[in-house]
Amino acid sequence: MLKKIIFQFLALSLIFTYSAQGAESGGMPQLNPEFWISQIFWLVLTFGLLFIILSKFILPKISNNLETRKSQILENIETAEKQREETEKKVKEFDKIINDTKVEAKNFFNSERQKVLDNINNKRLSLEKDIEKEIIKAEEEIDQLKKTSQEKVTKIAIETSSDLVKQLIGEDINKSSLSAIVEDLSKKEMEKHNGI
Amino acid sequence: MAANPMYQFNVYRIGPEIKINNIDISFTNASLFMVISSLAILIIFNLGTKRSIIPNKIQLLAELSYSFISKMISDTAGSKAKPYFSFIFSLFMFVLFCNMFGMIPYSFTVTSHIIVTFVLAAFIFIGVTIIGFIKHGLGYLKLFVPSGVPMVLLPLIVVIEIISYLSRPISLSVRLFANMMAGHTMMKVFGSFVVSLGIVGGWLPLGFSVALTGLEILVAFLQAYVFAILTCIYLNDALNLHH
Repeated sequence: MLKKIIFQFLALSLIFTYSAQGAESGGMPQLNPEFWISQIFWLVLTFGLLFIILSKFILPKISNNLETRKSQILENIETAEKQREETEKKVKEFDKIINDTKVEAKNFFNSERQKVLDNINNKRLSLEKDIEKEIIKAEEEIDQLKKTSQEKVTKIAIETSSDLVKQLIGEDINKSSLSAIVEDLSKKEMEKHNGI
Repeated sequence: MAANPMYQFNVYRIGPEIKINNIDISFTNASLFMVISSLAILIIFNLGTKRSIIPNKIQLLAELSYSFISKMISDTAGSKAKPYFSFIFSLFMFVLFCNMFGMIPYSFTVTSHIIVTFVLAAFIFIGVTIIGFIKHGLGYLKLFVPSGVPMVLLPLIVVIEIISYLSRPISLSVRLFANMMAGHTMMKVFGSFVVSLGIVGGWLPLGFSVALTGLEILVAFLQAYVFAILTCIYLNDALNLHH
């Protein structure tokens, strides 16, 4: 629609200008064959040269550049991918090493603690044994001492009492009867002393 | 005289008259702009061939145009059209630069001349036909016999197909030439309206002129693109016969 209007306008204006410039030689210069051959000649020459230079020298270079860039980009992406994979691997390795070390440290700590505990236990046990032995020995000694002391005391008492009686009376008394009396007394004393 | 909107399409001799065997091949303003366009293309794209991984602006421009045309060819004509890439690239760039240089005031638009566009289109037409016959032999004539057409209609369809095939160079060349000529004439007409209507009424055509300049730059690109893509489509017919 718009085109139609514009063309009508154009036609009208053409008529208008032609009538205004009536003296001008009319018609389209395009249809004047005077320079057709020259135009064809120069078109073939310039376009031919343009085509030859473009196709032989310039376009291969541009296509080459595009190819190099493409391949370089692909290469770079590949290397980047490879490096990323390597990094991931390294990170994994690192994690593994850290984990292993942690486990090892724990194990070491545990085993050392066990050792120390065992050692302590052993020492305590042996010490306890020694103490027990010492206690038994001491008890035995005490028992022995108790026994011997009683006998000794009795003996001393008998002798003392016989001596005392001798000093008092001036004659010897039957030892067996004396000892019986002493023993009886000492037993009573003992019972009294021991609180039975 | 300069107010004539067709005056801008005049071809005139620059320098001496060159004649070979009585044929005039003098250097004209048309030749000058062909040379300027070609040189500009060569300079820009030669600057764009610097070998660097991160491209600068000109290199980016060159490489983007390369991929743009490469994609256009593979989209329309498939991978078999790869060997014709250089030709289509040169064609697109030549038409584009000629159109764009024509947008500079007081310059000359090479592609606004029917003879130039017709020579290009005829070359494409003949080349595509030769490629078709080389690739498929006489089987290329099957292009004119579409499959699945009733026998009754076949003679008519074949005639229509042949006419449409033969009119390809004409439609291709006239499309570019007419677009360029109409656009530039229109701009000239609006420009002269600005002058004739003066300070009072000249603002409207001036606005139109500005808008048309934008439109014409778009058309300059679009016509180069259409020229190149139609070449690709014709090439596709010749390379991949699928009728």
